[in-house]
Amino acid sequence: MLRTWIARLGPALGLVIVVLVFALLTDAPGRYLSTFNLRIVLSQTVIVALGAIGMTMIIISGGIDLSVGATIALTGVMTALGIRSGWPPSLALVAAVLAGGFVGVLNGMVITTLRVVPFIVTLGMLGIARGVAKWLAHEQTVNVPTTWMNDLLVTFPRQGWLVLPIGVWTTLALAVFVAFVLRRTVFGRRIFALGSNEAAARACGIDTNRLKVAVYACAGCLFGLTGAMQMSRLRQGDPTVANGAELDIIAAVVIGGGSLNGGEGSILGSMIGALVMAFLRNGCQQMGWPNYIQEIIIGVIIVAAVALDRARASWATSHA
Amino acid sequence: MADRLSVTGIAKRFGATIALDGVDFAIAAGEVHALIGENGAGKSTLLGVLHGGTRADRGMMQLDDSRYAPNTPHEARRRGVVLIHQELSLCAHLSVMENVLLGAELSRAGVIDRRASHRRAEELLSELPHPEIQPDALVRDLSLPARQIVEVCRALASEARVVLMDEPTSSLQGSDVERLFALIRRLASKGMSIVYVSHFLEEVRRIADRYTVLRDGRSVATGMMDAVTNDDLIATMVGRPPATLFPAGVRYAIPQVAMCVEGLACPPRLHDATFELRRGEIFGIAGLLGSGRTELVRALIGLDAPSAGMVRVGDNDEPSTSASRRIREGVGYLSEDRKGEGLALALSLADNICATRPEYAHSALGILDLQEQSAQSSRWMSVLRVSALGTQQAARSLSGGNQQKVALARLLHQRANILLLDEPTRGIDIGAKADVYEMINLRASAGCAVLIVSSYLPELFGLCDRLAVMCRGTLSPARAIDEWTPESVMTAAIGG
Repeated sequence: MLRTWIARLGPALGLVIVVLVFALLTDAPGRYLSTFNLRIVLSQTVIVALGAIGMTMIIISGGIDLSVGATIALTGVMTALGIRSGWPPSLALVAAVLAGGFVGVLNGMVITTLRVVPFIVTLGMLGIARGVAKWLAHEQTVNVPTTWMNDLLVTFPRQGWLVLPIGVWTTLALAVFVAFVLRRTVFGRRIFALGSNEAAARACGIDTNRLKVAVYACAGCLFGLTGAMQMSRLRQGDPTVANGAELDIIAAVVIGGGSLNGGEGSILGSMIGALVMAFLRNGCQQMGWPNYIQEIIIGVIIVAAVALDRARASWATSHA
Repeated sequence: MADRLSVTGIAKRFGATIALDGVDFAIAAGEVHALIGENGAGKSTLLGVLHGGTRADRGMMQLDDSRYAPNTPHEARRRGVVLIHQELSLCAHLSVMENVLLGAELSRAGVIDRRASHRRAEELLSELPHPEIQPDALVRDLSLPARQIVEVCRALASEARVVLMDEPTSSLQGSDVERLFALIRRLASKGMSIVYVSHFLEEVRRIADRYTVLRDGRSVATGMMDAVTNDDLIATMVGRPPATLFPAGVRYAIPQVAMCVEGLACPPRLHDATFELRRGEIFGIAGLLGSGRTELVRALIGLDAPSAGMVRVGDNDEPSTSASRRIREGVGYLSEDRKGEGLALALSLADNICATRPEYAHSALGILDLQEQSAQSSRWMSVLRVSALGTQQAARSLSGGNQQKVALARLLHQRANILLLDEPTRGIDIGAKADVYEMINLRASAGCAVLIVSSYLPELFGLCDRLAVMCRGTLSPARAIDEWTPESVMTAAIGG
């Protein structure tokens, strides 16, 4: 029990350290920790955090998805195209979610029926989805008329009582919901079993192929929603956006304790992982450090987080 | 007694290998039935057929008077037949309760009913006398014996009527064996049928009601456990020695020690090994799978660090060493796992053969001399009669026997004078075996020291000058081969 808690607290401790370090480094800790700045950080986290919710499911199941960034661009472009051609924004939103889910189903089907490893399948899908996005958008950004869709991620929502942007609340609600699904439902339990020991899961009568497709499909829907959020933030559909976002998203899951071998990971951890990166980025900006410094620091953090996690695991086994 | 499960005439071949060739056996409700036989006698394949992992080519199976032919383990489980693996198949990241109920979760509208699950898990666990196993404990925190209990519990959860246990005691210590036996008796008294696979005769005698002996894929004897002596069982298991395959060795005993091993331990499998390996001799190590034979060889070549003891090669008696150092000292190693660590299957034969000492085939500055590499490889390949299209062929494309010869050719290229061979003829055909035996014999005649680990007794008797037997991590004193009989080796191996 104690160990589970240490494992849960590990990433949170990392987050506290990052926040403290930057609060002390900046001349005005009050400004770094101001509610104003916190709101900015939270709305900046939404894209990575939403993606990380889906990615957590995939990584726990023992898979990986490299096509997230491209899926975000594709669904973002589709949302913009829909709204521009006069669809109600809600319909465009649903279309984006379904399109993301469709990409996920394709990934899952190829992985299970053609028996190609997820890394390769989704690497291929990365190119395909990006290409389709550019094709649909005629290699240009797609401008949209102003609708409520553009307000999902504004730092100060028009309705003051919301305090935080709708996108942040949505992310929070989905995080709680998916965490519940993973921990408390048969579906979630089987995702853990699949990632922990696929042969055992199959021997227990679980249809592992169908389960895999379902996992990629659910995660794909979340990536579709992420694409709509991305569109909302840019206020246009950009087929070149979110290039490399998959790496940030995977990093968030891994910093949060997810294991690429499957069977391990938590939504709470992944959310903290996403926040660690957002606070880092924001802190570096506040310090006026150039972009490349951020990249170096985040690179170090990813490796250090996983190395610490391994050290903790071996310490735990030797003291069991 | 009506039979719960009966099989007749089961046969199965894998490519050219005949794994099962007519097996009959039957088990009644509430019976513990032992399946015994040497390594490779077909026990594992038979279990595969029984639990739906493998499909038999021929034969009939009946479960409770209806036809039984499972296509998948899942189907077998639904019919009430469950295999408890030698390597346990649990999800280490999940809790005991989650593992026990995996695939049969108690839920309402997809949401797990935690209270009911907990109750059910506790109910199942309370059937077994193991109060220390908590339903909420993570399986990865449990000891090996406890994990086995969880597997048994899972079998109970799926309302199994026939439980197949594959070497259930191979990873257990004394008191845990007792507890497992108590558990098995309890299950049997409730009417469950238990197929118990083992080669530890003493254990089998204590737990089983009836036995069936497998040899070379056939069931050769069956009967009540009380009506047979261990000696009879061993004689049945060993069978007749096969025709001679072995070259008549004309060797000179050289009283020079090549490798001296004292009190070597490498937990958890290897506890104590002491012997001297002399130049010009072939030294055999017999023992059951998992007895610590492979761990001994791995410690000798420097792949695993021993926790105690000493290995001296020539003048070097440093306890800690590395494989690269051993190889420079002239020690050659043939892994039992040909595909996993023996060969680089995607690389060419030449690359594989020259892998240990590339410096024998490169020029100054470390640039590979491909022609030289190819020339040397083809020389060793012709010595060992490897049938291949050429030295640039990928190792993957060869048959098992030829692959094994390539792995041995590497030791020749290395000019190794101490050969450590782990299962040198596993899974290869008779012709290739004869070539391998000839090569081993020639090396020994040329003054090399050869150590052979083998599960195949006739091979050890045909080749070796001296033999020692490994039993549960402890190596017996070495004796000249004519002081051993197949029966005495078997007795030593099963700790009799």
